[in-house]
Amino acid sequence: MSAAMKTTVYCAKKIVTMNPQKPEASHVAIREGRILAVGSLEEIATWGEYELDERFADKVLFPGLIEGHAHTMEGTLWRYVYCGYFDRMDPHGKTWSGNKSIDAVLEALKIAEAKLEDPDAPLTGWQLDPIYLENKPVTRAQLDSVSASRPIGVLNASGHILYANTRALELAGLMKSGVNHPGIPLGSDGMPTGELKGPDAMTPVGAHVGMNRSMTDADERGLRDFARLCVRTGVTTVTDLAARLEPDSVEMMLRVTGEASFPACVVPLRIFLGLAPNELIPEVARLKKLSTDRLSLGRIKLVADGSIQGYSARLRWPGYHNGAPNGLWYCSPEQMQEIYELALEEGIQVHTHTNGDQATQLAIERLEVALKKHPAHDHRFVLQHCQLADRAQFTRMAALGMSVNLFANHQFYWGEEHYNLTVGPDRALRMNAARTALDCGVPLAVHSDAPITPLGPLFTAWCAVNRLTRSGRVQGEYEKITINEALWAITMGAAHSLHMDGLVGSIEVGKRADFAVLDSDPRLAKPEELKDIKVWGTVQGGRIFAAADV
Amino acid sequence: MSEPLLVTIIGGYLGAGKTTMVNHLLRTANGRKLAIMVNEFGALPIDADLIEAQGDDLISIAGGCVCCSFGSDLSAALIELGSLPVRPDQVVIECSGVAIPSAIAASVTLLDGFTPDGTVVLVDAETIRESAENEYIGDTITRQLADADLVVMNKADLVSAMELTALEAWLQEIAPRAKTLSAEHGKAPLDLVLGLGSAPILSQQSGHADGLFDSIALPCPRALEGAALAAKLTDPALNITRAKGFFDPAPSGTRKALHIVGRRWEITEAPQNAPLGIVCIGLKGQFDGDLIRESASETL
Repeated sequence: MSAAMKTTVYCAKKIVTMNPQKPEASHVAIREGRILAVGSLEEIATWGEYELDERFADKVLFPGLIEGHAHTMEGTLWRYVYCGYFDRMDPHGKTWSGNKSIDAVLEALKIAEAKLEDPDAPLTGWQLDPIYLENKPVTRAQLDSVSASRPIGVLNASGHILYANTRALELAGLMKSGVNHPGIPLGSDGMPTGELKGPDAMTPVGAHVGMNRSMTDADERGLRDFARLCVRTGVTTVTDLAARLEPDSVEMMLRVTGEASFPACVVPLRIFLGLAPNELIPEVARLKKLSTDRLSLGRIKLVADGSIQGYSARLRWPGYHNGAPNGLWYCSPEQMQEIYELALEEGIQVHTHTNGDQATQLAIERLEVALKKHPAHDHRFVLQHCQLADRAQFTRMAALGMSVNLFANHQFYWGEEHYNLTVGPDRALRMNAARTALDCGVPLAVHSDAPITPLGPLFTAWCAVNRLTRSGRVQGEYEKITINEALWAITMGAAHSLHMDGLVGSIEVGKRADFAVLDSDPRLAKPEELKDIKVWGTVQGGRIFAAADV
Repeated sequence: MSEPLLVTIIGGYLGAGKTTMVNHLLRTANGRKLAIMVNEFGALPIDADLIEAQGDDLISIAGGCVCCSFGSDLSAALIELGSLPVRPDQVVIECSGVAIPSAIAASVTLLDGFTPDGTVVLVDAETIRESAENEYIGDTITRQLADADLVVMNKADLVSAMELTALEAWLQEIAPRAKTLSAEHGKAPLDLVLGLGSAPILSQQSGHADGLFDSIALPCPRALEGAALAAKLTDPALNITRAKGFFDPAPSGTRKALHIVGRRWEITEAPQNAPLGIVCIGLKGQFDGDLIRESASETL
């Protein structure tokens, strides 16, 4: 028997399969990185010679978790100073304490600053969110107290605002009066306050504080670090939802994910920007052919509108609760339709970011028209975020064969802002309406949008099950889903959304040997404790990765 | 100090004829080196017979013009443009159909060495009123128009004179700051759309031959208050579409350039040897040179 034909059998405290035909087992056999058999040792022994491995005897094996909407740039961001409000684990397993005041943020920056040897080196921070800190914007004077001589830039948690100190503004040529830009507020002295809103305002300063324009694509070290986070959170398949996929970047991803020790399958989606539809589809078809076992290419990410808390999402009547004007389109209806039609024709899947319910409505209507011209029976076009969809929209999505990936974590992190400011008490109840999606028969996944919120599908499932805001209030009792439904969403549901449900998502004969190795059975957790289940590590393609060793 | 690179922003919804007009501008550039920036190369934005060479990020065009795509990062593309071996005379940004021109203009102001020089918004004269009512994109279209210094009512051949008059009346409400002009097949005069270039002299102006516009030159032999002159020249009653020229500021200071498009004006640094005087242009029939001279006389 060749080495490749070698069969390894793992016994576990319990194997939870997410395959309803055999929900639980005690043993699983792996051959050639795939699942050969699941059952009792006697059943598995019928396949012949095997080697028994008992290292998971006190663990629960669960299907490898699938994050259907994240960005690998989180790996890169961890090289900067963590300035967030909530405790958060880094790729090396250290949990950084949340900064509960602006003074705590400045203190964290000062500690990092003291370690820099080069006096001109920039200091970069990330994940600062003044919403939690009395909602006052951070000023350059505050950052100057960390250092007046080196450039400092701190990214807002949204990724769409940058706070800069005086030195950074000077280097960018913005430390002057007369700056006239809606994204650059001025102080009483007529000078910029240090807050830079939106990519156009951020770009001139970003280069001086260590952020370059390609930051949305992880670099090599960032990709490796992101994979470490995957192991720590039980994730074996992860999307990179808006990659530019330029040749250098694709080459790097192929090389790094191809290394024997790389622990996850990465699924990068090509962002629609920069190419006209008639060039985009052939480019993505070309990329698809480059796919490997650990780099799955060939999907498109389209962005219809902006964000709800940034007031750039497109809402239907009655619009924003605080009276803000309607948001922005990031593609035209015509462009959306052309991409849908060409992609359907070529068999390329499109994931469309829609936050507001008007953007969702447009995507539904345009896909309906496109499908009449190019009938495709299993297109599975996905609406990503889709935070405000109502029952009528989910009904139409089901009829058209669409899937949804809801931003369950939002309710926890920004639920209070949605209630008070963005959409008001009524529509806050229906945000990320997982129950309604399932009622209507729309295949469901849920996501973190890491780095916007932390990677961790068990936490995301907890959000969908409990719908708690950060102040502990349940928002949208009806839209809660059960633990089993949420666990399905972070395994089979996410696999379905990527057309990968025949390959991953359950512990089932023929599938890739991808497991999350857990301390206990998440199906039996109390709803409020689902997020606290300990992750030992993962098995990916039959290879074992202990969180303690990555 | 060299004059900043002037950036004209061309907006308008899909199908208004932006690409057609850009090609017309290239054909009539008459020695002006234009750098055209488009969202994406896509369904090739430049007519084949104008192209000299095409690279990944840059198309070289007859007459020293270039075309670059900027994707999602306009600022970086502009900075790159500034480092080209041959400095363009003028930059033209063709916005995507859903872009809000004022946001793009604001970004341009942040970059050293660039100055926005007017926002031109094209409309499809036949369909714009209906598009502006569309539930999805209507508010985007009216926001675009609200930013305009100049509205080009394109495809004017597809509507009657009465419809065009009605459209102009509607534009008064939607785009109160803007001058309007009509065009067929995107053929709007270069000097009106892009201004008078870096060295305005009357003899250069191509539109005269077509009888589309009139112009006058105001001599500026003495130092003057730029803001006061600009305030006079932007009076809507004078119907000046564009003006450009150089003056010495009173009571003292180095030579300055004045740029006017519609109701908007700007004063920037200028080369010290730039010729003194301001050239004003406007649509034939609406433009009264004597009235302009008289109005401006007390500030000159």
